[in-house]
Amino acid sequence: MLKALRRYPSLNAWLLLAPATLWLMIFFIAPLFIVIAYGFLERGTYGGVIWEFNPGNFARVFDSLYLNTFFRSVYIAFLTTCFCLLIGYPLGYYIATRPPHKRNTLLLALMIPFWTNFLIRTYAWLTLLRTNTGLINVTLMNLGIIKDPLPTFGNDFAIVLGLVYGWLPDMVLPIFAALDRLDRSLLEAASDLYAPGRRVFRRVIWPLSLPGVIAGSMLVFIPSLGAFVTPAILGGGKSLMIGNVISNQFLAAHDWPFGSALSTLMMGLMLVATLIYFRSTAGAGRRK
Amino acid sequence: MTTIPQAQVSPIRETRASRIARWQARLGSTALSVYGVIGYLFLYLPIIILVIFSFNDSRSTAQWSGFSTRWYGEMIADDQIILALWNSLFVAIVSTLIATVLGTLAALAMERYSFRGRLMMDALLYLPIIIPDIAMAIMLLIFFNVSGIGFTPWQLNLFGLRMAVPFSVIIGHAAFNIAFVAVVVRARLANMDPVLEEAAQDLYANSWKTFWKVTLPMMMPGVLGGALLAFTLSLDEFVITFFTSGAGFNTLPVRVFSMIKKGVTPKINAVSTLMLVFSLMLVLISLFSRKKGGEDTPVDLSL
Amino acid sequence: MRDEIGVELRDVVKRFDNVTAVDHVSLEVRDGEFFSLLGPSGCGKTTSLRMIAGFEMPTLGDIFIRGVPQGYLPAYKRPVNTVFQHYALFPHMTVEQNVAFGLEMSKVPKPDIARRVKEVLDLVHLTGMDRRRPKQLSGGQQQRVALARALVNHPKVLLLDEPLGALDLKLRKAMQVELKALQTRVGITFIYVTHDQEEALTMSDRIGVMDRGKLLQVGAPQEVYEAPQSRFVSDFIGDTNYLEGHLVAFRGEYCKVAVEPGMLLWANNTPDLHLDQQVTVAFRPEKIYLNAAEQEEMNTLSGVVHEVVYTGSNTTYHVELPNSTVLMVRQQNVATLPDTRFHTGDRVDVSWPIASSKAFAN
Repeated sequence: MLKALRRYPSLNAWLLLAPATLWLMIFFIAPLFIVIAYGFLERGTYGGVIWEFNPGNFARVFDSLYLNTFFRSVYIAFLTTCFCLLIGYPLGYYIATRPPHKRNTLLLALMIPFWTNFLIRTYAWLTLLRTNTGLINVTLMNLGIIKDPLPTFGNDFAIVLGLVYGWLPDMVLPIFAALDRLDRSLLEAASDLYAPGRRVFRRVIWPLSLPGVIAGSMLVFIPSLGAFVTPAILGGGKSLMIGNVISNQFLAAHDWPFGSALSTLMMGLMLVATLIYFRSTAGAGRRK
Repeated sequence: MTTIPQAQVSPIRETRASRIARWQARLGSTALSVYGVIGYLFLYLPIIILVIFSFNDSRSTAQWSGFSTRWYGEMIADDQIILALWNSLFVAIVSTLIATVLGTLAALAMERYSFRGRLMMDALLYLPIIIPDIAMAIMLLIFFNVSGIGFTPWQLNLFGLRMAVPFSVIIGHAAFNIAFVAVVVRARLANMDPVLEEAAQDLYANSWKTFWKVTLPMMMPGVLGGALLAFTLSLDEFVITFFTSGAGFNTLPVRVFSMIKKGVTPKINAVSTLMLVFSLMLVLISLFSRKKGGEDTPVDLSL
Repeated sequence: MRDEIGVELRDVVKRFDNVTAVDHVSLEVRDGEFFSLLGPSGCGKTTSLRMIAGFEMPTLGDIFIRGVPQGYLPAYKRPVNTVFQHYALFPHMTVEQNVAFGLEMSKVPKPDIARRVKEVLDLVHLTGMDRRRPKQLSGGQQQRVALARALVNHPKVLLLDEPLGALDLKLRKAMQVELKALQTRVGITFIYVTHDQEEALTMSDRIGVMDRGKLLQVGAPQEVYEAPQSRFVSDFIGDTNYLEGHLVAFRGEYCKVAVEPGMLLWANNTPDLHLDQQVTVAFRPEKIYLNAAEQEEMNTLSGVVHEVVYTGSNTTYHVELPNSTVLMVRQQNVATLPDTRFHTGDRVDVSWPIASSKAFAN
């Protein structure tokens, strides 16, 4: 046995890998294929499926009702990514330009919300945004600035705000990392070659931080597209995203095949986004 | 470094152009600093307000009416919350143990051997990180229903506390945590100089001794870091637990979610604050252990 | 070489927090001159260069470029260009884009840019490399791109921060010659920062030696080598023998130093020495003769050969004196006759011209 191990080192590797592989094959890959397969089956009465081929589930996705939700989800995820970028880039830039000891503190301060429960951070906004009893409207009305509460809750605004808040650290960290890797002497070289600050940014800093921007955008876009908690809490039951529609198929409508079809399509969409990401980073790598 | 009388020192001669450029630069850096402060306020203000209102005397989470710890009292008196807390800890500990062992072994294989199928294993180990929790939750929900395994609860009697933890939740948590542990341990292994292992072998240590005396102690900070990450993720996990736990089983986040659905009270703020303190402690522990482990490069948290 | 002043530092001080990096440095670099700032790392030479470029601002004092005070003028408004230590080539741009960058920023018309980029790439022997990325170039080629990128702007002054430090020895030697030739051709003032004394001696018209923020001595290479004004300068540039003793007499520009046990030496004076002071006498290993005939104007001591180090063109003898100081004696291997060489254990007389030794205060 030992002799065999020494002669075939890859046998060693597979022995080490076997437990994790087995676990992931059974509890991750198998479920993945089951979901895809379920999308083509007939629904059972009380959940579950009847083993009959039914391609109609995927056709139903293209009903205007569900298609709208899909588009809205993509739109909300896109908006979230844009706002995260707008807020996150200067923030990453700010951290990267601080002196080292301050930078570490700021990074730690960024990590803490990152490690804090997402549900709780969403709930924090619930207490601020609720239309009649949220802190923002209550305070503004108490101060007499507004008479009627602002529409801060149960709409796309609240969802995007919650998502931006939730995923902002995921945008800032890769941007910071990209800016941190930037060689300071490159900036000095640009400035030595007569480029004023804004041109140093446009011609050197921005193009060189692009990999971080793209990575951050992916890290925000994908989970935003699959958001479940944020619309469930801040959407007030009115504003829904794909994640909520999918969960309704399982928890309320008991239409598992349709829920599976929706899940499959959502994952397909994310796969496309990921492929675009890898294509663009590979391109950036080639350009270097 | 002698001091020269002030009279001998000439102040810097400034031209108009240089003065304008200097003020522009100062304006730019001030704007950036203001922006930085606003950015951090945005991140922290909601959490701070959440904590403040957990001490509110009334039922409101928007109007302050005096300091009180009554909501913490109510939290402790709530058996459901306490049970949920124990459930959370139990799930986190067991799934972390499984994930740490499996993930570490996988990381060793991935970083120390080259073999056919390595690229596929790479993908398999990254997928659970990339895939959104809702997709994984649905996958596991259907899987456990089809296979019929998992929903049978693990009956426990802990200090008189009757617990029934479904295997499904532990299995699900372990599945995504294996991937996270593997990433952290691999990062540590990749940063380790293989020359050290060669040096050990040069000094007459066989493969086993090399592993026990050199590789394992050196990768330990990575293993602990991975375990800590897994523990934190498991404690915070909501979506997968929510879908795979079946009726009647609560972890703390699941309990909080159903409380939110019933209505907002400072009691939820109190539970949230408790969870926040927990997260904070875990961050500090991981930071401390990383410093002690001599790892100066921060683990890429963005993954 | 015109005598106009290209760059002047007037009483410049730079402090970082509590550290004084540059300590009251005053310096005039002539127009068209190849000037080197030489010193160990941390001596303030790079900081001085960065202040001229405008990357750092002086805490006190003035910097003039062609008579114009620079004040807090940012780098992009100064008529100087820099060749960085690790080249700092923009990795996301081609060679052509890198070289054209400065011209683009100063809004030179497009056709002129193309012409000047081509010219300068020819000048540094990089014809046809314009489409490459910096990563696809060798170290030497990257070095040339960095040079071209700076030269294409026709700066008044070119600042070079250890530009050859990352190259291997052979390439470095070749580039030294090439750089010097290039400087003579384009006639631009070069301020060259290096810690390599040989490099500074080879290329410069004048050298400024710095240590711990202070400018210790400025002069032509032979001046700095042959007539160092301080122990640091003589120590930093070339090999030096030292003997410690105390000053017993003066005679004209020379002084007499007694070294225990009972050795008497003559050496060049330095200002502000006085009688009975503890001094160090310094002299170069290659100035020493072994077993030469007794002569006037020479110091002579006797010792024992301790070690013989053969290095091809030279042989270095380590000679131990009665007070157990070991002197280095370097002899050129002009002849290969065995009887002219010495062996370990041989008793020898070492002698060197009084004019080639110098006394410094301890």
